Amino acid sequence: MRLKVNGRTHELGDIDPTTPLLWVLRDTLGLVGTKYGCGIGACSACTVHVNGTPVQSCQLPVQSLEGQEITTIEGLAGPDGTLHPVQQAWIDEDVAQCGYCQAGQIMSAVALLNRTPKPTDGDIENAMSRHLCRCGTYNRIRKAIHVAAGMIERTGSEA
Amino acid sequence: MNDNRSGATTVDVYLPEYLRRASAGLRDAALSRRRFIKISGFVGGGLVLGLSLGTERVAAQQHNGHGAGPSREVEFAPNPYVQIKPDGTIVLFAKNPDVGQGVKTALPMIVAEELDAEWSRVRVEQAPISMELYGPQFAGGSTSIPMNYNTLRRAGAVARAMLVAAAAERLGVPAEELTTDAGFVVHAASNRRIGYGELAEAAAALPVPDPASVKLKDRKDFKLLGKRVTGVDNFKVVTGQPMFGIDQRVPGMLYATFTKAPAIGARVSSANLDHVKSLPGVKAAFLIEKKGNAIEFNPSSDAVSSGVAIVADSTWSAFKAKRELRVEWDESDASRDSWSEAVAEARRLAQSAPQSTLRDSGDVDAAFASADRTVEAFYTYPYVAHADLEPQNCTVWCKPDGTAEIWAPTQTPQAAVEAVAKFLGVPQSNVTLHQLRGGGGFGRRLANDSVVEAAAISKRVGAPVKVQWTREDDFAFDYYRPGGFHAFKAAIANGKLAAWQDHFITFTRGGGMPATSANLSPDEFPARSVPNARILQSMIPSKMPTGPWRAPGSNAIAFAIQCFLHECAVAAGRDHVEFLLEVMATTPPPQQAGPGGFGMPGLNPERAAGVIRLAAEKAGWGRKLPEGRGLGLAFHFSHQGHFAEVAEVSVDADRRVTVHKVWVAGDIGPIVNLSGAENQVQGSVIDGFSTAMGLEITFEKGRVQQRNFDGYPLLRMTQAPEVEVHFVDSDYPPTGVGEPALPPAAPAICNAIYAASGHRVRTLPLTREGFKV
Repeated sequence: MRLKVNGRTHELGDIDPTTPLLWVLRDTLGLVGTKYGCGIGACSACTVHVNGTPVQSCQLPVQSLEGQEITTIEGLAGPDGTLHPVQQAWIDEDVAQCGYCQAGQIMSAVALLNRTPKPTDGDIENAMSRHLCRCGTYNRIRKAIHVAAGMIERTGSEA
Repeated sequence: MNDNRSGATTVDVYLPEYLRRASAGLRDAALSRRRFIKISGFVGGGLVLGLSLGTERVAAQQHNGHGAGPSREVEFAPNPYVQIKPDGTIVLFAKNPDVGQGVKTALPMIVAEELDAEWSRVRVEQAPISMELYGPQFAGGSTSIPMNYNTLRRAGAVARAMLVAAAAERLGVPAEELTTDAGFVVHAASNRRIGYGELAEAAAALPVPDPASVKLKDRKDFKLLGKRVTGVDNFKVVTGQPMFGIDQRVPGMLYATFTKAPAIGARVSSANLDHVKSLPGVKAAFLIEKKGNAIEFNPSSDAVSSGVAIVADSTWSAFKAKRELRVEWDESDASRDSWSEAVAEARRLAQSAPQSTLRDSGDVDAAFASADRTVEAFYTYPYVAHADLEPQNCTVWCKPDGTAEIWAPTQTPQAAVEAVAKFLGVPQSNVTLHQLRGGGGFGRRLANDSVVEAAAISKRVGAPVKVQWTREDDFAFDYYRPGGFHAFKAAIANGKLAAWQDHFITFTRGGGMPATSANLSPDEFPARSVPNARILQSMIPSKMPTGPWRAPGSNAIAFAIQCFLHECAVAAGRDHVEFLLEVMATTPPPQQAGPGGFGMPGLNPERAAGVIRLAAEKAGWGRKLPEGRGLGLAFHFSHQGHFAEVAEVSVDADRRVTVHKVWVAGDIGPIVNLSGAENQVQGSVIDGFSTAMGLEITFEKGRVQQRNFDGYPLLRMTQAPEVEVHFVDSDYPPTGVGEPALPPAAPAICNAIYAASGHRVRTLPLTREGFKV
């Protein structure tokens, strides 16, 4: 089967169709930015976008994804390497501690800002409460999302 | 007194060993031993560091003597921490593992300050693992800053002095007329500046001065230290580049799972290996014999548990095959431990004569006899798991020539090398470890059990192998923070704390000693502060594995002690801040190597009083709050850090707890990276609340009951309080902050719950007492 990730189509050959997208990304395609945390959809470290919607890739058999547009953390920056405002805000606010959950957090934050360009704290909490951060960086995540929203508003850039 | 001390006088055994080595001369040895032998003419390639195969330059290779070769450029590398290239690039090496505590940023900042480097032009690389070059390299006990601060300052200052000397020669002016600024040597009188890169070759030819002779900056002249600096790996984090242990890929690598018994310590009798081997993608499946005792926490142990290895062509093939694995376990030596039975046993022991007396100072019986009031309470806290978000994993390649390479997200890389060398029966020089970032540590990655498993499997299959634990494996095979119990009794006389008695009930794995991280110091606060104090101990035999968990010992002891002290203040009719300050006022000066000091000075009552006052002031202690809302205070000293915290909490009629805000006052001496330090404190408070609120590991018949995050509800963003952080600007030597802000969080919140609701929490987690978030 074929899988389209970050705008590139990959031929997966005779892959086990029940393989979760997470492991196809990590082991088959070498896109290791998407993380394994729990395997049961409880931590959201494995969040990617399918057609712009944040989903838990550990819960998605790859067979269901033929013809879908998948975006991972590696595909978030522009083709010239310009960081997405959410990525930039994460650096500016020094959000990460261990950093392991942050790719998933960033993917959900980007999807939130696409839907809701000026989110309230409540909007942010609703969108982000399915993510676990073992280091407890929640307050900085909340702040960075507000900062990113401000950047997007100022530049008028497409989030 | 002290007729039968618990044996270990500090909370853990692993750190004193490192600190012993350090105090034996290694603390500054990394610099003095090398005598700043210049390493020039570096070449790339050869020895490979971490994930960037073939692209990283390696500081160790010259020292190992097999990196020589033609060099096109001369680099200035006066010591193992600094390398300056002719193009002006400054590479600083971070010696210790980063598992989220931020030392990969903080340690090079110290060098950069004295070097007067332009931080934006600095590139930080993870240092190779070498006791000879760097002394002890590990992430534990919040020791990276206190153990390395002076060495790193001198490393930067020596490099700067040599660049200045090179510039003086070139400009023909005395070195005294030169200053440095952001990567340049400046001669103000003639308005000339020379970049460090231009001086690299000349500096490399100069003799290296004695590190003790170079002048260090005055703190008031610091430009970088104390500022907010974003983490050096943040770009990689936000773009998803490979950096964690789990991200490691090696050509020809196979993927493995290792299945151990659900009952701790059981052995494999048989398994359906033929069926497993027939499954898609499976390359091999075999039993691994038990070696040594992997249940005992020991970073350099080469022990391995009995279990079944499945080796496959991908993680998923291995995980899927693991689901079809059926094993018969021999449980004759396995744990039969039960948490519910332990709780019942602890309550029985609390009513019985103690097994030992750890301390009996003053005249406790007389104090109780003449007390106005006595207060008694029984406190309970559970086992908890580390639950690093990156499940344990390690990649090892045991090669046919008897050498091995390890790619590991370990907190104790040198111990990992030792463990694998022992396991393979080869000298440590045969084993190379590439240090990778850990997706959380919290003490879990001090143990190298997954490293030895990977070595065992790689040796058997003759290929590089990544062992990947499932989340379920990670919960089932931890070195847990041990649970414990305190039966307290205090005497109040004239509104003061006149006597303190703590019958501590803990777990033992035998040998008359508490299990790892399950001991209480006879000097633990407030024992030395009260005229009459008695600490008693009884132990329950247990086979459950235990080990250091962020702020070992302190993370649980502080809850019990700081809540009971609040009970005493309430019983005495006293304000909590005033009462705590009064206890602090009768605390003797710091002991050398006191509890919580990790081999360094113990609690300093003046610093303690300072943070208690500061936290109270910032929180508006004493202000009027609406019904159902209250403030709670706690203090704890550990890891050289003095921390006081005040929580504002409301509790509704359904016992729903909201922590609105926590004010933290900490004294850890001068701050290195303010952003990183604040992040650690905020995370520690949230970790402390998360753990107190709903986390526990329970076990029955030796089997851990919690399997995944659905049964171990870490706090989520919705429930996370705001955390306001204040650091005292003190002149004490700077110390670490990965741990000491955690212990006061739970008792501050529980004391606030009392203030808000009148309900005294004596059992954690809070869900056990009917609370919810």
